Amino acid sequence: MTVTTDVLVSTDWVAQHAADPSVRVIEVDVDTTAYEQGHVRGAAGWNWNTQLCDTVVRDIVPKKALEDLLGKTGVDNKTTIVLYGDNNNWFAAWAFWQLEIYGHDDLRIMDGGRKKWLAEGRDLSKDKPTFAVKTYRAKDPDLSLRAFLPEVQNVFGKPGAALVDVRSPQEFTGEILAPPGLPETCQRGGHIPGAKNIPWGKNCNEDGTFKSLDELKSLYSAQGISSHKPIIAYCRIGERSSLTWFVLRHLLGFKNVKNYDGSWTEWGNLVGAPVEKP
Amino acid sequence: MIGATSGVKLEDYSRREEELSGWAILIETYKLGDTYYCSISNADPGARISRAEGSTRAEAESRAKEKAARFLQQTRKFPI
Repeated sequence: MTVTTDVLVSTDWVAQHAADPSVRVIEVDVDTTAYEQGHVRGAAGWNWNTQLCDTVVRDIVPKKALEDLLGKTGVDNKTTIVLYGDNNNWFAAWAFWQLEIYGHDDLRIMDGGRKKWLAEGRDLSKDKPTFAVKTYRAKDPDLSLRAFLPEVQNVFGKPGAALVDVRSPQEFTGEILAPPGLPETCQRGGHIPGAKNIPWGKNCNEDGTFKSLDELKSLYSAQGISSHKPIIAYCRIGERSSLTWFVLRHLLGFKNVKNYDGSWTEWGNLVGAPVEKP
Repeated sequence: MIGATSGVKLEDYSRREEELSGWAILIETYKLGDTYYCSISNADPGARISRAEGSTRAEAESRAKEKAARFLQQTRKFPI
């Protein structure tokens, strides 16, 4: 990654700063057992499936639950939070998105995530650290970062906004209903009419780091995605699209970018919702 | 942070692409302590399908592949 940005830190930086009192490194994986196998020394582990969502209503983590989670993780409002995880930071980006919604100031992602850390043969710890509990006060959610169904229904197919479907081409065309080997979670395949298919993986290099700013600019401009109009990214459940949201908002600097976390598990199950194939 | 942590050296890391049940998969394996850990993901989009442990690389990968094959065989393709 050659992008100069203060939201990305390198694996070297994390190795040097993970123990700093003002820094908290947090691992968030797709595979919720990965943290237990071994993690960056001193890193906390969050489970996206139980701790970064409302476990009753389908929704992002409630404000109070996030405050409690951050407090137990030894994070206060001034802490530098460094997120990393497997799958090139899918759920690290998911956590980043939610933490920004709730107004945390100093957020970073470890470029390359768990994949790069492992590939570099760096030490792992199996010990689960405990932290002195702190008090955290989250801000009211900034919903300008999040798209809900009515907004998507209002903008699709219109020239004033861009929809970016970050799923694989086979999911986009409707050839498959879910990534190979995973349960089908929708009734119909295809995509929201007018959406551009820019798979999340095109943002990343083979080592898991983000591509250069020039490469990212070319990737999106080639599909007509620019800062000139609002952008809504979506995938299947909103985590892959949070990575694209991160790229568009924080690496390319587009201001009006939202993550539609309802994504295809919402749209692809709606009775009467228009679907485009292939 | 309260309490010191002990480090574990990651060894024998590998990551490669193969085909299984007609789908491209990624196999990531490494050794931590006395245990080999294997994780299998679909190559596109990269979501984990299975994981397994073993006392050898071959054992961990064989177990993970067996599980992954069962899931991959259930994936339906639709005409487009």
